[in-house]
Amino acid sequence: MLGSLRGFEGGLFNELRRMERDMEYLFGGTSWPNSIRSTARGTYPPINIGANAEQVDVYLFAAGANPESLDISIQRNLLTVTGERALIKEDGANYYRQERYDGAFRRVITLPDDVDPDQVDASYRDGVLHIAVKRKGVTKPKKIEVK
Amino acid sequence: MTEQKNVMAHGSVTGGEGKEPEVAVRPLVDIFEDATGITVQADMPGVSRDRLEVRVENDALSVEGRAVIPMPDGMEALYADVRSTRYQRTFSLSRELDSDRVEANLKDGVLTLRIPKREEHQPRKIQVNLG
Repeated sequence: MLGSLRGFEGGLFNELRRMERDMEYLFGGTSWPNSIRSTARGTYPPINIGANAEQVDVYLFAAGANPESLDISIQRNLLTVTGERALIKEDGANYYRQERYDGAFRRVITLPDDVDPDQVDASYRDGVLHIAVKRKGVTKPKKIEVK
Repeated sequence: MTEQKNVMAHGSVTGGEGKEPEVAVRPLVDIFEDATGITVQADMPGVSRDRLEVRVENDALSVEGRAVIPMPDGMEALYADVRSTRYQRTFSLSRELDSDRVEANLKDGVLTLRIPKREEHQPRKIQVNLG
């Protein structure tokens, strides 16, 4: 519903919409793989999360974000990324389509419980912010001996 | 083409291994016009210059790109907004646009295309001579 208004709202409205999503994301009744539906309408930036036994990888598809504005913080397993993409609006130009997000963004991501907040690596390349968080290894498969 | 397949085999976010044609994502765009031409800006995060193709064919402007995402071995997806690493979108151009002089620029995953109007369609200032 709100998706159809994109491109017209100011920063505050976007911020509210994003907070709503974040809340849904964190406390919503549905488990988070289901939130695919809400983000399909185009929350900026889209996110992919993957994991193996050693680390958890978060990818934010933040095309055109100002690299200096990117701010990443982690508290236990809660990862918060904020940043900004300021589109250059051309005065006097006639816009036909405005599908791209403009303004500040904030995403809060719950990572698996065993991540190590002291071992985080981040890089920004071709518009993709890649954050790799090492795991403490408690969930690595353990072989249990049968006596 | 074969190169693209190789990229998919070790670079896909979705785990699609190139066995079947992958569904392409429509990149989000801004399009605006000024006196001298039209500008298209498209979000194509993960696409580098060598994985981008911009083509004009029969008045159709098509943009295609492949995102390459570094992924550790044995990674399993926990969550994915982006389900494909291929971007594709086509626009039809009108005749007053000069498709031979399209300029493309890619920065931080944002593609900017500048399509100028043919000279005869650009607004001209007409000098008024005072007699």
